[in-house]
Amino acid sequence: MLRCAGLTQSYPSGNQALTVLQDISFEVSAGEFVAVIGPSGSGKTTLLGLLAGLDRPESGQVWLDGAELTTLGEDARARLRGAKVGFVFQSFHLIPTLTARENVQVPLELRGEPGGERAEELLARVGLADRAHHYPAQLSGGEQQRVALARAFSTRPKVLFADEPTGNLDQRTGARIIELMTELNREAGTTLILVTHDPELASRARRILRLADGRLVADSAA
Amino acid sequence: MTGTSAVLGLAWREARAARRRLTLLVGAIAVGTAALVAINAFTANLRRSVAGEARALLGADLSFASRARLTPRVDSLADSLACGGRSGCGRRSTVTSFAAMAYVPARAGVRLVRVTAVEGGWPFYGRIATTPAGVWDTLQGARIALVDPALLTALGAMPGDTLALGRLRLPIAGTVDRVPGDIGISAAFGPRVVIPGALLGETGLLQFGARAEYETFLRLGPQQDPDAIAKQLRPTLRPERVRVRTVQDEQQNLGNALERLGRFLGLVALVALLLGGLGVASAVHVFIRQRMETIAVLRCIGATTRQVFSVYLIQAAGIGLVGSVVGAALGLAVQLALPSVLGDFLPVKVEARIPWPVVALGLGLGLWTALAFAILPLLGVRQISPLATLRRPYDASVRLTRDRWFWLAASGLGLSVIGMAVLEAHHALRGLAFAAGIGATLMGLAIAALALVRGLRRWFPHHLPYVWRQGLANLYRPANQTVAVVLALGFGVFLLATLILVQHNLLRDLRVGDGGARPNLVLFDIQADQARGVDSLLRAAGHEPPATIPIVPMRIQALDGVPVGPILADTSERPGQPSGWAVRREYRSTYRDTLVGSERLVAGKWWKPGGRDPAGEPVSVSVEVEVAAELGVGIGDEITWDVQGVPVRSRVTSLREVEWARFEPNFFVIFRPGALEAAPQTYVTLIRVDDAAARGRLQRAMVEHFPNVSTLDLSTVQRAVDDILRTVSAAIRFMAGFTLIAGLVVLLGAIATTRLQRMRETVLLKTLGATRRQVVRIVLAEYLALGLLASAAGLCLATGAGWALAHWLFETRFALPAGPLAGLGALVIGLTVAIGLWTSLEAFRRTPVEMLRDE
Repeated sequence: MLRCAGLTQSYPSGNQALTVLQDISFEVSAGEFVAVIGPSGSGKTTLLGLLAGLDRPESGQVWLDGAELTTLGEDARARLRGAKVGFVFQSFHLIPTLTARENVQVPLELRGEPGGERAEELLARVGLADRAHHYPAQLSGGEQQRVALARAFSTRPKVLFADEPTGNLDQRTGARIIELMTELNREAGTTLILVTHDPELASRARRILRLADGRLVADSAA
Repeated sequence: MTGTSAVLGLAWREARAARRRLTLLVGAIAVGTAALVAINAFTANLRRSVAGEARALLGADLSFASRARLTPRVDSLADSLACGGRSGCGRRSTVTSFAAMAYVPARAGVRLVRVTAVEGGWPFYGRIATTPAGVWDTLQGARIALVDPALLTALGAMPGDTLALGRLRLPIAGTVDRVPGDIGISAAFGPRVVIPGALLGETGLLQFGARAEYETFLRLGPQQDPDAIAKQLRPTLRPERVRVRTVQDEQQNLGNALERLGRFLGLVALVALLLGGLGVASAVHVFIRQRMETIAVLRCIGATTRQVFSVYLIQAAGIGLVGSVVGAALGLAVQLALPSVLGDFLPVKVEARIPWPVVALGLGLGLWTALAFAILPLLGVRQISPLATLRRPYDASVRLTRDRWFWLAASGLGLSVIGMAVLEAHHALRGLAFAAGIGATLMGLAIAALALVRGLRRWFPHHLPYVWRQGLANLYRPANQTVAVVLALGFGVFLLATLILVQHNLLRDLRVGDGGARPNLVLFDIQADQARGVDSLLRAAGHEPPATIPIVPMRIQALDGVPVGPILADTSERPGQPSGWAVRREYRSTYRDTLVGSERLVAGKWWKPGGRDPAGEPVSVSVEVEVAAELGVGIGDEITWDVQGVPVRSRVTSLREVEWARFEPNFFVIFRPGALEAAPQTYVTLIRVDDAAARGRLQRAMVEHFPNVSTLDLSTVQRAVDDILRTVSAAIRFMAGFTLIAGLVVLLGAIATTRLQRMRETVLLKTLGATRRQVVRIVLAEYLALGLLASAAGLCLATGAGWALAHWLFETRFALPAGPLAGLGALVIGLTVAIGLWTSLEAFRRTPVEMLRDE
């Protein structure tokens, strides 16, 4: 489902280049739940960006469901994301001018599908059926993240990327979000890539990739 | 006090972080200040230049002007005044001017000119610039003519050619380039030809019925005060129908006319400044909302409300100060361009100087505007509680109306706007009316904007494609500036559209050439014994026998049996008193049985065609409604006329409304046929000749056979009128353009304020799979809607204003020039969309990976 080979990325920092990722290679099969862990600055977020096609690597390749991302242009990658990828972010990133339901619909509508019913269904699934017409500012953090989760699943993505999805939530709410994520992962057979620095959260995954200083230092079953 | 330096430091550090946005606010204030300083500096320089040349404007201390030669009594009065009574000192000069046809026998052209016959040493003050220089001084005693340069062009003549003026033939010795007080544009109606007064008789032109003006210029002794003398003489001279003019009158008249234009332009400039203020207010409002957390933190760590308030007030003052300094410098530069825009309109050479009081005023107003508009939204700072650090309120809007300071600041702002309008209009009522007009227009625009925002929220067009919905939703995003942008852009559109409308509706009435059958050549001053000759000449040239209109010159002798002498002598202006102008003037009346197309009966009854008034009874007359009001006469009143010495009694039987703007012979007074046929009269004839060359040939043939008959080519008049209107509207548009620029700067400022948030959203959408095309379309939808609303609201309000002006002020039919208005709307929408897309370019370039990195 997802494969990378020889991924290397560096950023200019002052006069010299700062290597963030160095020669990362691994493969994730369909339906897997993988956690990427490591301390701050270990390159987790950079790796996630490359895997999801948000950025291009300096060298190396990424294949997502058979397509090689590094050869695609920005718009082609955007369409691929719209079709096959879902995202959940640490700070939710809902569009403030749209209601919960409209936010869930966005990815579908970008593809030209109405998606009203699907949005209702997903909101019901995350327990927010009665908040469909509320604006993000009217929702609590946990509720916003559940809307974001519904949005991520709206297009039935093959891969879901989650970047510290519980980082801004209290423990109980965070746990509920993770539960939801794993349930949806199981139901839809979605491949789940979770980036976190929280070992307890990572232990929920079936496989753990450990990063340190831009290198993949361990790849183990949880 | 530790507070002050801390506050200043904080203000500086905060400002540094928001350079880009602050730059735009500085720009918004600068544009308005520039417009204001430019027009005020120009008016000040013009006023100074006029004052500097004041005595040259009249060329004498005092003058007696009349429509007839001075009576012996007035003539000797003039003699006794010149040089304080010493005789033969040459301090008296007479200038006779009248319209006549001029041509150069050797060339084809012919032109209606204004002949100025100068006798004596006028002007006593100032110099008349000629080419070659000094030729003016050789005029007396010589047999030469000096002409306006425009006449040489019109006739295809050169200096040295012989000019024909009636029976007189004179060589053109040079051109008159500048006469103080003369506006260049007047040459378009009739270029000037100057001849020595001694040769006037030789032209044979001043025949019966010709309209000449005789003006006697006097130079007084050093101890005589011209204004005191004028005041003393006026009651005596008014019954003689002699006007007394002094330098002060002249300066005042000229100054008044120019200042009116200057004041009007100044008010237009003020709008630009107020729009800038609006931009500041809106930006501050959004800024405070964005900074709520920062402010709450500052409050948490011990800052007082007053300190926090001061931080942002100092920033606003900084914006105002920098903006007005930049604007004043810009305005002084723009001022240099104004004389070239107004060109031929200026009676004196305007010397560009830096009028420091004007600059100071501009700086003051710029600073004041920034502060006055910033304070209102800044008051919100006072209500931000330190608690906001812990709990972010859902509804970030602060309830300002509960703060008594709010009402204080709001009334202060309102009073400032009124004060500035009064200051700029130099007239309390006009300033108030102007402020009220601005208020009403802004209110209209605000209602339109709010209706859009609320309407969108309530009845959102859910059926639209997603990108359009997302774009429209942006119009009511939190911290949106939809209302401010619509106000600023809409006002620019409103001003420009109103100008287009007024210009169109005024110009339409002044069209001569169109309408196919309307005459374009007027032949006037045809003497009774020439009528048949003119008629056969026209027939020979292949024209239909034209309608001939008799004209009988006359004056008013008595109103309802009361002789007008005492009325004329009474210089007090009592209400209900017949106005001197209407009583004094010469009436050129006609007699006929039918109304013409430009006339409409508004009171009384028109007489039965073919009939006569019974002998011994006063003759029936129809009077134009406005002059009737001036004279204070109504239906049934009796007017006694002096027709070349013969008294003729008449009774007003009807009042007419006349459309003067149509270039047709119209009359204040029309007599019923039967009474005037035997009176001395001249004739006017109108014909239409489509081909310009044929028109020229006919005019030439006329002047060669009948030198005293003048032919007026209406297409020439049309061109002159067009020139004037073009110049005025160019000047007005020039200033109104500033409001549009101010509006666009406010738009840019509004975008800059929400830039970060927009950027994030764009990147988020890209992350969720939006292509660049989709992102562009979202931006397009938002700015298209914004531009559309601002244009539509501005155009609607302008249509209302244009209709009101046409209906009540110009009293003319209202028509909508769809083309130019649509063009203006399209231009503004295009600019709005272009600015929107341009400012979003950065967001298009960002890669979505940044989505993961913020926070």
